[in-house]
Amino acid sequence: MRIALFITCFNDTLFPEVGQATVAILERLGHTVDFPEAQTCCGQMHYNTGYQREALPLVRHFVDVFADADVVVAPSASCVGMVRDMYPRAAELTGDSGLAVQVKVIIPRVYELTELLVNRLGVTDVGAYYPHRVTYHSTCHSLRVLHIGDAPLQLLRAVRGIDLVELPGASECCGFGGTFAVKNADTSMAMLGDKLRAVLDTQAEVCTAADTSCLMHIGGALHRQRAGVRTRHIAEILASTEVAR
Amino acid sequence: MTSSKPLPLFPAAAKAALADTQLRRNLGVATSTIRAKRARVVAELPDWEDLRAAGNASKAEVMRHLDAYLVQLEAAVQSAGGQVYWARDAAEANAIVTALVRAEGAGEVVKVKSLTTDEIKLNDALAAAGITAHETDLAELIIQLAHDTPSHILVPAIHKNRAEIRELFLRTIARRQELSDRPADLAGAARTYLRRTFLRARVAISGANFAIAETGAIGVVESEGNGRMCLTLPQTLITIMGIEKIIPTWEDLGVFLQLLPRSSTAERMNPYTSIWTGVTPGDGPQAFHLILLDNGRTRVLADDVGRQALYCIRCSACLNSCPVYSRTGGHAYGSVYPGPIGAILTPQLQGVENATSLPYASSLCGACYEVCPVRINIPEVLVHLRGAVVRQQQRRLAGRLAPEAVAMTLLARTFASPWRYERAQRLGWLCQQVFTRDGVISRLPGPLSGWTTMRDLKPAPRQSFRAWWRTRQGPMAI
Repeated sequence: MRIALFITCFNDTLFPEVGQATVAILERLGHTVDFPEAQTCCGQMHYNTGYQREALPLVRHFVDVFADADVVVAPSASCVGMVRDMYPRAAELTGDSGLAVQVKVIIPRVYELTELLVNRLGVTDVGAYYPHRVTYHSTCHSLRVLHIGDAPLQLLRAVRGIDLVELPGASECCGFGGTFAVKNADTSMAMLGDKLRAVLDTQAEVCTAADTSCLMHIGGALHRQRAGVRTRHIAEILASTEVAR
Repeated sequence: MTSSKPLPLFPAAAKAALADTQLRRNLGVATSTIRAKRARVVAELPDWEDLRAAGNASKAEVMRHLDAYLVQLEAAVQSAGGQVYWARDAAEANAIVTALVRAEGAGEVVKVKSLTTDEIKLNDALAAAGITAHETDLAELIIQLAHDTPSHILVPAIHKNRAEIRELFLRTIARRQELSDRPADLAGAARTYLRRTFLRARVAISGANFAIAETGAIGVVESEGNGRMCLTLPQTLITIMGIEKIIPTWEDLGVFLQLLPRSSTAERMNPYTSIWTGVTPGDGPQAFHLILLDNGRTRVLADDVGRQALYCIRCSACLNSCPVYSRTGGHAYGSVYPGPIGAILTPQLQGVENATSLPYASSLCGACYEVCPVRINIPEVLVHLRGAVVRQQQRRLAGRLAPEAVAMTLLARTFASPWRYERAQRLGWLCQQVFTRDGVISRLPGPLSGWTTMRDLKPAPRQSFRAWWRTRQGPMAI
């Protein structure tokens, strides 16, 4: 299958290894990855912060860039959530009925990575090997916007060598929330504090999720505290193999 | 509409609340307990999602034809022997109530717990007219005795624990008495105090959970029986309801009486459901006055995205589920409607210009939407209202020149062009060197310092994904 990768601006700039891992998984499964280089940003930060007018050109740009793709994948639940949840209203705001139709057509083709693997491609064992104690944080957008359920856990359970341990209160928000983490830094920190306690309670060495942004939030605090726990995007775990180590 | 003043900013109010360790403990215990109980009783109903859909549909229907339903309700109440009044805002509503109480020659009233009367500050208005209002709901009584304000829709004194309530009672209604902090003993002390008031009062004031347009029946649900006392003992009953509380028929009530108790108190059924239709000779109050309050609601109704906030049945499930509310408590929201529902209702009722920080008092985690019994898409309305806040600020030059607005405009321009985007990536990589020490960014200036007070930041690597992709595929692949 030809799969177009929407890397997301965040991963492109800050966490290229997540994109590399995504490419590695998909190619290992025999798929062809396209990377339309004109892609930039889905507009989530602007849209959710109230700069909806400013986000509209980005919505249009995304739709144009991926217009010819049959399947689009992004290693980010929140960016896919933006497309699926907010693009219809955004298109409505432009008053452009053509864009509204384009959005309607593209939405069912855009997948979050674990959703694509489990629900569309029907794969749970991607041939990964990861001999570490891992806990999984189900991010808000994975859970409550995309409803990907236990797809990430099905994938993780099939990883060889993994010691997967349940995160207490996994469904609770880590306190990131995009610009919320800066605008309401104190509340965000209070939420993050509880998330860190839960992560540390698991004795895991790695905390994983389907969103790099939440992981940057959790991981940034773990690093500051020298807590001895690292964060890894689920794609990085799924891309790991015995040979590669 | 009330003459609204700008509310205190949420981040500052939250900062103070978050530092109160006793509050954090009280709230954390209370909200996690009720969350778990709600989840249990909701799971018992296999048709829960259908009920939510039905509740949502019923409310949507009412909002579409609110004008007709209101007139229908008015006629039904009048034909059942009640009087109906229309109040444009808080001042009008308070004036009507004050005049009605005075006409009865009463110097005091008993009250059923009512958020609507809190919204219009009725107790203050009555006090100014020399009329004493007695709150009879246990938690409202606690708030009144402590000269405090409610911090939760359903459990107004959720921020206080038993020990604190015991001390309050010993200072006020149970002076020189033996009193433990057992809930039964505390309730007993309140009951003894309230009983005398119930028997004495000639006028009662209530809100309404539901008003059935078809028959003019008004319903109040409660747990303590204080409402039943107020609604049956006094000779005169005055009910103040927001115009959105209408439901079309008794059949709709069947849906809401399943949705509300499970969502609010996590009970299968609430202990007391009082429903009355106008006046019944020889039984209960012989004079019934219904005040229909707008106070900004028609403006909410006019907003096609925001209007769903009017579907709210005041269950408080969104508060209990909210990771923000369950840490900051209700006072930080500066309004009688705290939590997620308050964050979308208050700015709409009082004007976004008076509550610019409330739509941002959420991480958009979606827990509120997931539990809302009438499926109010709270995150959608929050984002919609953030848009209104930004548009409002951009109307002024100072707003357009604010650092955030400038940054957002520049970033949007950058993201709109792949070429500018890539150039910005390289520029960003260069600029971050100023803040990077030993491979980590631990201090950022200005508003971004909010991030680095608790979190390190990994600097962007030299090679972006797209740069790596090119090395891999060669320039021919572009």
